[in-house]
Amino acid sequence: MTVEQTERNKNNKKVLSKLMLIVFGMFGFGFALVPLYDVFCDITGLNGKTNESAATTYTDGIDTSRTVNVQFISRTAQGIPWKFEPVQREITVHPGETKFVKFYAKNESNRDIIGQAVPSVSPGLAAAYFQKIECFCFTQQPLKGNEEVEMGLQFYVDPELPKDISTLTLSYTLYDVTGKVDS
Amino acid sequence: MTTENITTEQSDHDSHDEHHDHKMTGIKRWLYTTNHKDIGTLYLWFSFIMLLTGGALAMVIRAELFQPGLQIVEPDFFNQLTTVHGLIMVFGAIMPAFTGFANWMLPMMIGAPDMALPRMNNWSFWILPFAFAILLSSFFMESGAPNFGWTFYAPLSTTYSNGSTAFFVFAVHIMGISSIMGAINIVVTIMNLRAPGMTYMKMPLFVWTFFITAYLLIAVMPVLAGVVTMLLTDTYFGTSFFDAAGGGDPVMFQHIFWFFGHPEVYIMILPAFGIVSTIIPAFSRKKLFGYASMVYATSSIALLSFIVWAHHMFTTGMPLFGELFFMYCTMLIAVPTGVKVFNWVATMWRGSLTFETPMLFSIAFVILFTIGGFSGLMLAMTPVDFQYHDTYFVVAHFHYVLVTGSLFSIYAGAYYWLPKWTGHMYSESLSKWHFWCSLISVNLLFFPMHFLGLAGMPRRIPDYALQFADFNKWVSIGGFAFGLSQLIFLAVVIKCIRGGAKAEAKPWDGAEGLEWTVASPAPYHTFSTPPKID
Repeated sequence: MTVEQTERNKNNKKVLSKLMLIVFGMFGFGFALVPLYDVFCDITGLNGKTNESAATTYTDGIDTSRTVNVQFISRTAQGIPWKFEPVQREITVHPGETKFVKFYAKNESNRDIIGQAVPSVSPGLAAAYFQKIECFCFTQQPLKGNEEVEMGLQFYVDPELPKDISTLTLSYTLYDVTGKVDS
Repeated sequence: MTTENITTEQSDHDSHDEHHDHKMTGIKRWLYTTNHKDIGTLYLWFSFIMLLTGGALAMVIRAELFQPGLQIVEPDFFNQLTTVHGLIMVFGAIMPAFTGFANWMLPMMIGAPDMALPRMNNWSFWILPFAFAILLSSFFMESGAPNFGWTFYAPLSTTYSNGSTAFFVFAVHIMGISSIMGAINIVVTIMNLRAPGMTYMKMPLFVWTFFITAYLLIAVMPVLAGVVTMLLTDTYFGTSFFDAAGGGDPVMFQHIFWFFGHPEVYIMILPAFGIVSTIIPAFSRKKLFGYASMVYATSSIALLSFIVWAHHMFTTGMPLFGELFFMYCTMLIAVPTGVKVFNWVATMWRGSLTFETPMLFSIAFVILFTIGGFSGLMLAMTPVDFQYHDTYFVVAHFHYVLVTGSLFSIYAGAYYWLPKWTGHMYSESLSKWHFWCSLISVNLLFFPMHFLGLAGMPRRIPDYALQFADFNKWVSIGGFAFGLSQLIFLAVVIKCIRGGAKAEAKPWDGAEGLEWTVASPAPYHTFSTPPKID
């Protein structure tokens, strides 16, 4: 090998290793997008995700000058043989006022199944203002075969809710997590 | 610049060391080759075979859609056809064809003896056939081929997968590795092996567009690898990246996918810009109008491509601010793209034009790509996108930019450099048949799709409402005609390899560039001594 060729190979290797660094960096970036997305949505409330742990009761007064309709929707994901629906489909609240509603669930199969309800609020921007104090979605719901249960949800709507939003829809999707339970 | 002080004597010596020159024979020559021209040829043939394969799938799709009702295939198999058609055309036909051009032409255009990393070059080609063998083999399995669309949205590809997800994921991994290696090779070659005196702003525009495309590939192919890996673990190893039951988010899949997917569409069009920017000046016998603005326009398109991905997702329920942001950013891309179109037109303005086949394909490219660009602009508008989303309007749009855009530029380039590759002139009359048959049939094929989409015909559906029947019949006829027309191209190429009028070193009198300073056909080794650029 001549001097120039060695020199050229050295240069090639230099550029090559820099580019490989970008490649691995971008591969990592793809995965970094997962937590970044969560943080971004947390701050902006873009994806309609609600708080995942209990909020404390709101004490700064009820805004009686406004009313907000809160609608409840439930659906079951494919493969979970449960009946799952809100006891009350719609409720009118004043922002800041704490309300308690119930959802009914029944395991219509003969085997034990653990369910997990995942909430989502529409419009997405309202999600950050929908505060759950107590919710069956905070924990998993084990039901024996043919067992039925009424599950509670305690919430309030933050008075900071943008003025143009007068109706919130809270949707629960129930998933079968029997095989995937942590405990 | 390292090449600057290489003396003639040393570099001659070099080349003898480097390639111990004796060509192997038979299959071994192709398996072991590290020669950029051999590898370029392999890439080009491979992509043409893939074009015919993907085209054959499209023929079945159009046969099914020839009339309403289910005739030929089951809906699930129809989904497999559209999915694999898309994957093959994107990753098997268009992208490898451009890598083939890069391999053949880049070293000759910048006065380099070969690509910078020849062994990696061999490797990056030879893993490709395995990727597509894996993908296509799934057709013959019980589960069937992937049926969730080439965009493989979760949970279609996870929870509701037919069992082909693993094959799909590994095929995409291999394609990705191949593209990344190809792109790294292009960047290293351009950065380190330019002839002395060839500064960045003296590089042919063709080289510039491949340089920028290679950077895009290096930036986004790893993200694709990441997202398919998440898909794999979600489907088979119980993670919940995209599964709401475990705290994931299916919409996040679309964000990550399109973060790759939007730059990807520019990966498939920027090299086309480079090819057309080479050919139009040659047959206008003028210099390319606005060279520097072309370089800046290409770079700005590449940069903007990273911040527009969510325009594919307007209907997912984004807040107004997000919709406006992505709408305006997307429309902004029309500015540099417009600069390019105006530059091509200005290059032709008052030129001494002749209309050989490469020029015909290039002019068709400019007009038809612009139509595709305009329908893209329509799709960029959030309010109307709600109507166009997932209709045939979208299908019409991306086929205008990918078929009459990318594919036409590939044909233009192939005809332009065939004399250099084979040493023979191709048959001008046969190639004109190819052009006119393709031009008429491709418009019959894709233009009515705009109307179908505006009238509300959804894409990826094997059956449709009666009122769409007439247009679909014409579209299918156009499709069959376009498919058959591509066989003329095969005939032209084979005829050209076998013989024909002897090509001179520079068969096009308006052509410029170092590749025309070497003999036709290009000798196995070129520019062992780098030329000097003033």
